[in-house]
Parts: sequence; C-alpha cells; structure tokens
Amino acid sequence: MTTTTVSPTSMRSGVSRTSRSRRTLSPGTIGRVVVLGVATVLTLGPVLWTLWIAVTPQVAGAGQTRFGLSAFADVFAKVDMVLLVWNSALVTGLCAVGQMFTAALAGYVFARIEFRGSRVLFGVVLATMMVPLQVTIVPVFMLIRGMGLSDTLLALILPAIPTAFGTFLMRQYFLGLPAELAEAAAIDGAGPFRTFTSIYAPLAMPGLAIVGILAFNYHWNEFFRPLILTVSEQNFTLPLGLVTLQGNLGTGSVSTVLAGVVLSMIPALVVFFVGQRPLREGLTAGTSK
Amino acid sequence: MAVTLPTERPTVDASKAALHAVAGKRDRRARRLMAALFLAPTVVGITLFTLIPIVASIVLAFFQWDIITKPKFVGFDNFAAIGSDPTVRVAFLNTFAFVVVAVALQLAVALALAVLVQSKMPGWLRAFFRSALFFPLILSAASVSLMMAFLFNQDFGLVNKVLSIVSLPAVPWLTSAGGATVVVVLVYVWQNFGFSFLLFVGGLASIPRDVYEASSIDGITGWKQFRHITLPLLSPTVLVASVMAIISALQIFDQPYVLTRGGPGDSTRTAVMVIFESAFQQLRFGRASAIGIVLTLIIMGVTALQFRLSRRFVFYQ
Repeated sequence: MTTTTVSPTSMRSGVSRTSRSRRTLSPGTIGRVVVLGVATVLTLGPVLWTLWIAVTPQVAGAGQTRFGLSAFADVFAKVDMVLLVWNSALVTGLCAVGQMFTAALAGYVFARIEFRGSRVLFGVVLATMMVPLQVTIVPVFMLIRGMGLSDTLLALILPAIPTAFGTFLMRQYFLGLPAELAEAAAIDGAGPFRTFTSIYAPLAMPGLAIVGILAFNYHWNEFFRPLILTVSEQNFTLPLGLVTLQGNLGTGSVSTVLAGVVLSMIPALVVFFVGQRPLREGLTAGTSK
Repeated sequence: MAVTLPTERPTVDASKAALHAVAGKRDRRARRLMAALFLAPTVVGITLFTLIPIVASIVLAFFQWDIITKPKFVGFDNFAAIGSDPTVRVAFLNTFAFVVVAVALQLAVALALAVLVQSKMPGWLRAFFRSALFFPLILSAASVSLMMAFLFNQDFGLVNKVLSIVSLPAVPWLTSAGGATVVVVLVYVWQNFGFSFLLFVGGLASIPRDVYEASSIDGITGWKQFRHITLPLLSPTVLVASVMAIISALQIFDQPYVLTRGGPGDSTRTAVMVIFESAFQQLRFGRASAIGIVLTLIIMGVTALQFRLSRRFVFYQ
C-alpha cells in the first residue's frame, strides 16, 4: 500500500490505542449506547417487574400491597414446591449427566475409531437432529407405556439420555485434540481404553461442560414432554407445576404465581453467571462448520 | 505404522517389532470392542427413541387409532384432514403467518442490535449489553409466558398501565384475537431474538477489520458500508440464522399454550398445539402423526433449501 512496512496487526493495535486514550465518547457512540440501553430495559424490564410484583403482594381485602416475602411463603404453601424442585432437579441432573456420559463415549469413537460403516452411522445420528420432538412424541409415549414407565420421572429421563447433538459436539471436540497423544500413549504401552480414560477424557472436560450446561438449561426449562409424559402432580416438574398453579388460582394471587416464576429462574441465573461462556459457545455450536 | 521387518536389523529390534505387531493386533481387537461398547448407549437409544418412533409415526399416519379399539387403515385421510378440518387448517395457516412475522422481526431486531453491540464502544459496556440481551433465551418458555400473561393482563398488567400514562385505552391483549396474536409474537421474539443475536455477533466478529478500514479510506461509511460491505460478508450467517429461526418458529407451542390455550377461538392455535390436542385430548393418534410428519417434511425442505442457497447466493471469503 505504502512504503512503510507496518503490518496490519500493529496498525490495528495502534488505532485502538489512540481511540482508548481519547477517553471521551463520540456522539455516535452515545447514540448507539442509548439504543442498546433501551433494548436492555425492554429485555430485563419484564423480569425485574416480575421480581417487584413477587415481593410486593396484595394485602388480603385491603387493596394495598406490602413489601415482603409472603408470596414466596404462599407459593410453598399452595403447591408442593419442594417436590416440584426436587423432580426438576432429579430429571435435569440425570439427563445432563447421562448426556455427558453417552456423548463423550460416542463422540470419541466417531472422532478416533474408523470402522466399516462408521461414516454412515454418524450421518444417521446427525440426521436425527433434524427430526422435531413433536413427531416422535406419540410413539415415544406408546413405548413408555409399553415399558410400564408411564407417569414416572424415568419416562422423562430415559428417552433424553441419548443425544445426537451432544455426540456431534463431542466428536468435534475430540477431533480438535491432537491425535499424536494417542500414539505417544500407545508407545508407552497404554491400550485404547487406557488412552481414553487417562488422556482424552480429562482433556475433553471443557467440551463436556458445554454438553452438560446445555442439557441442564434445556431440561430445566422444558414443558412439552412433561406435559405429555407425566399425569399426576407428584411427578410434575417445575414449569408444569407453575402453569397448573396459575390455572388453579386464576389471576387472584398474581404475586404467588410470579414468586414461583422467580424461583424457577434461579438455576438459569446461576448458569448464566457461572457458565455463560460455555453456554454461548454451545448454543451457537453446530451452526458453523 | 505398518510393521515390515528389514532382515539386516539386529534380533533385539526384530523381537521388539514382533511384540509391537502382537500389541497392534490386540489393540485392534480392543479398539473394535471399544467402538461397540462406547457406541451402544447412543445407537441403541437413538434407535429406540428416535428412529423406531419415526417409522412408527409414518405407519400410524395411515391409520385411525384411539388406543382402545383396533387400528383402522384409512389411507391418506389423516393428511387430507389438514386441508379439510377447519381447526387444523387454521392452525397451519396461523403457524405459517407466525413464522413469517416472528422470524422477520426476530432477525431484524437481532441484526440491528448485533451491529450496534459490535460497533466502537468501551469493552465492559459491550460485554454487559451482550450478556443482557441474550438473557431471556435461557429462561423457561413456560415461566416466561406466565410472566407475560400478567404483564399483558388487561386490568393490572404493566403494559396497559404504561398505555394509560400516555392516556391510551386499555387493550384486551389476551382476550381479543388480534391482541392475543400480537402478544404471542412479541413474547416469542422477546425470548428468542437472543439466539440470532449471538449468531450475528459471532459473524460480525469474524469479518476482518481491514475490510472496514479500507472501505472507510475509500469514503464508504455508515449505511452504505453496512449495505455493501457488512451484509454481503455476513450473508452466510444471515442464511444460517434465518433457517434456524424458521425451524424453531415452526415448532412454537409453549407460548400460545400457556398464554391463550390457542384462543380466543382458534386465533393463536398452532400446528404443534393441534398435534398435542389431537393425540392427547381427542385420542386421534393417526391424525397427530400425520400432522407431525407434514411438519417434519416442511423442516427438511427448509434445511434442503439452505444447502442449495448456501451454494448459490452466499459470498464466502
């Protein structure tokens, strides 16, 4: 371009250094920040409003509201919150652990062991990602009935453990790890199983964390399967229990239902603050090759 | 890694190599065993809970079955019902209209916010906006819908309160056909734009800065830069984001189920709601399967279209 020999990278860092040293924001930047601020208010506003209503319940008959946690006590009194949370935690936890386990094993084989038909098999597994849940739900419901598992938590857990998406994700992850490690291990006398358990499995933990967090988030929030596969309230998960609560209460105790909604969001918040990076990576994984 | 023994080599090496050959054979057997063992849970599980159900669903779609009486072969009647049964037809039309409006809105909002968030601003602000804007995505659609049902409540909801401040009349959001449709679209987009937003942020970040610098030197800035530089380079991401948004919107269920149960009338009934109602309320399992298969075929069609388009219209670097 010119006679100077400045590389693009050093030019770029130079630009950012000057813009940072300027300190003051340009009018354009302020305008953009204002627009983003409005979008953020619209995004977080409803959640904050919900929290506000939950901590300012109506005083019975008085037509007034009072600040306090009585709505939270109320939601525990009106529904078996402990049971709902326990059911959700059990289903979510076992689905997440199960998916991590099966995805790690299958992903490793698809990444490292070639056998006759392995590509076709992987293609079939990938293709099942395109099949929407709603198409298979009727036969799965029949199958669960046939297995004698209707209206149990196992009906929610068992079908959710094999994961095409998780397998795909873990295969990509193992492919990203150097293959030379396996050769080195073989020279040191480690067999294939030993190579997996002592070398590759520990290295794949970040990938497994993504699979686990995504599974946790998905199953903690899911509504369609519990609605169909569970019947009695003692097997309800949290979202289903809350929707039922709203149906029973009508719009009488807004704060009570919204207190339940707030409680149901806590694990999502924890995941959001603790595992935001793997969550973001996982959500967009598989969209780019 | 093939073991061929040069005869000139000393015997120590030869025995070592022979040992390796034995180990290699043992390894190969172990690797085969490993493949079988490790794949078993996934392959058996997917066969049992996805592949067999798909086949069963296809078969079931040609029968009339209510679990209690014997299945009766009815040919294509269940598929024909999609066109002839007014509720099912309306549900499909609603779904298509919903997909068009919600996806367009979702992509437009996500793209605009992604461009803003990737523009020049302090790093901590960028990080804050990026996190805040994708937050709704990780919440439960059922919980969000419960929350929104109160937010849009005609009498005490926040939305009508805000409207009354600017002295607008209270809108019967969830009890009028138009209002309910608008709410379902808004609630869905509110929760899901974050996904497209994440994709766009990633896509924008991968466009090299030099391109912008070069175009700025040539005097191409602002809207012109977005139209002629950003958008063409972002087109692979736009395509992927559109297809994923369409596939997800086609399957909408939680929001209308919790917010309106499909009402008022059939105004917010969707294809998946009809699957649910046909199967588990009316015990028409054949019809539910037929609707599910049509939905899958549409999704596969959209995916196939993506593959064709990505070869033709998208500019890769």
